[in-house]
Amino acid sequence: MTEELLKVQHLKTSFRIKDDYYAAVDDVTLTLNKNEVLAIVGESGCGKSALAFSIMGLHTKAKIEGNILYKDQDLANMSLAKLNKLRGKDLGMIFQDPLTALNPLMEVGEQIGEVLMLHNKNMSKTKRVEKVIELLNKVGIPRAAHTFSQFPHELSGGMRQRVVIAMAIANDPEVLVADEPTTALDATIQSQILDLIKELKDGSQAGIILITHDLGVVAEMADRVAVMYAGQIVEIADVHTLFDHPLHPYTRSLLNSIPNAEREGEKLHVIQGIVPALQKLPRKGCRFSARIPWIDASEHEENPELHEVAPGHFVRCTCYKNFHFPDESKEAAHHGIS
Amino acid sequence: MAFLEVEDLKVHFPIKGGIFGRTVGHVKAVDGVTFSLEKGKTYGLVGESGSGKTTTGRAIIGLNNITAGKIKFQDKEITNLHKSKSEFRKDVQMIFQDPYSSLNPKKRVRDIVAEPLRNFESLSKSEEKKRVQELLELVGLSPESILKYPHEFSGGQRQRIGIARAIALKPKLIIADEPVSALDVSVQAQVLNFMQDIQKELDLTYMFIGHDLGVIRHMCDQIGIMYKGRFVEEGTTDEIFTNPQHIYTKRLVAAIPDIDPKKRDELVKFREEVRMEYEQSYNDYFDKDGLAYQLQPVSDTHLVALPEKG
Repeated sequence: MTEELLKVQHLKTSFRIKDDYYAAVDDVTLTLNKNEVLAIVGESGCGKSALAFSIMGLHTKAKIEGNILYKDQDLANMSLAKLNKLRGKDLGMIFQDPLTALNPLMEVGEQIGEVLMLHNKNMSKTKRVEKVIELLNKVGIPRAAHTFSQFPHELSGGMRQRVVIAMAIANDPEVLVADEPTTALDATIQSQILDLIKELKDGSQAGIILITHDLGVVAEMADRVAVMYAGQIVEIADVHTLFDHPLHPYTRSLLNSIPNAEREGEKLHVIQGIVPALQKLPRKGCRFSARIPWIDASEHEENPELHEVAPGHFVRCTCYKNFHFPDESKEAAHHGIS
Repeated sequence: MAFLEVEDLKVHFPIKGGIFGRTVGHVKAVDGVTFSLEKGKTYGLVGESGSGKTTTGRAIIGLNNITAGKIKFQDKEITNLHKSKSEFRKDVQMIFQDPYSSLNPKKRVRDIVAEPLRNFESLSKSEEKKRVQELLELVGLSPESILKYPHEFSGGQRQRIGIARAIALKPKLIIADEPVSALDVSVQAQVLNFMQDIQKELDLTYMFIGHDLGVIRHMCDQIGIMYKGRFVEEGTTDEIFTNPQHIYTKRLVAAIPDIDPKKRDELVKFREEVRMEYEQSYNDYFDKDGLAYQLQPVSDTHLVALPEKG
């Protein structure tokens, strides 16, 4: 039975530019279940990191509307003191760049110990050191006792990311937010780190929100996927449905633009135009319409909503129904869907 | 006759130490690599960070000093010609990884793209402007953008400005150092498509440096895999991906994420197998210093670093 851990409801995160607020995350609603990896995919500027930071309450200057419900508490409208009790304990975060996420002047063991200390004031020092070494072993760092007293610059990128993960899981969080955890790493290291995150999840039954732009990572890790474009979720489905029957034009375009060995020699699909800047986002109508100008305006909804096309599979706007790429005929597109 | 021949190239960086800054050792960034490029083809140089792939590219174009070895371009030795403004400098250009740091933020697009023209060709102001506009059009930017600054463009557009600069002198060889690593997938697609188009149009030869094997497979005809400054394997794209021989290559190929979620379990199992094989046979593939052996041919085009038999 799926158990809901975290519920994000109508979340709107706006940033102030000059005298106006502009929403980078615009009315996002989603749920994270226990023992699940929910991937959030999109290109830079789509609002996926802003969403992650909002959940963790890391935006200090943004205006946040809506609710983020965790165990009947609303993270979006919570005092900092209360939030600090949750962060690092029930909510863990893995940052993208392990070099900037770690304090360069502090031994890594101390840094992990700090997380433990903040939430378990009564823990003795010896106990803490023991626990840190246990954590370092858990994230696959060889010679943990030695690594304990090393500084971040003495470790390789993969090892640093393991330290960051050790910090994030130090207090067995129920919700783990991973913001591009492997983007800064080499391919072989990436697969090791992903395996580690999966293993930890299976062990602790935590729910993981995985923010990434890499569809390969999504295919390997996710149980469910939410695709974001211009601050909104445009499609959400379980991972198999999303890769086998993607519906939204943006999802289909993204999948077509990655090099694929099975379609060798073919041109890659290019999405026309660019992601509009925050101030220039169209706030009305289908936000993706400008990038698919060959689709007739009548195909779009006036106020695009998420439609449930199959259980658990939601698609925004109606333009997916008759969508086709410019180089294929409408007929072919129809057959592709059915 | 090969188009570009690199023979036993070595690039070592001194490590300075002590209070007098004496050289106490060397980092062997590139430690004896030999390969050649064919005209009109794309050669992929692959490796993890620190494998020496970028240093190799930079040494060829003269941005790093060469410790030993020879580089021949169209049968002419160019190893030590870099300092002079030789023809070679015109014929070989580079596309850099990060379009955010490789364009001078204080210069207008016109000055950025015209810089190589000013160095090598004496054009009048109006001729220069015309050439720059033609180049911008070729890379799909509006000719009016010549007065803009780099920050006014998106990542993909910036990378295309970098490409416009690289092709300004009609080069024969372009060394592309991770040209799409900093870009989003849809923008990446745009730049890759465009690079293929101008390759045909201008009969360019590419040396494509990268770590994303999906992109490398899509772009390259021939691939060399580097590890710790040496080649571990070289072959055609097909040979490398469907029949990798060296355990390091196998591991690299196994690490590529598959975009089919159905193959997930299969892939995990496969990776585990490769990892076991890697650990068990590590000593058969690497010498006592953990470096790769000399390349041995297994077919006409396929070379693998294995210990000499006997």
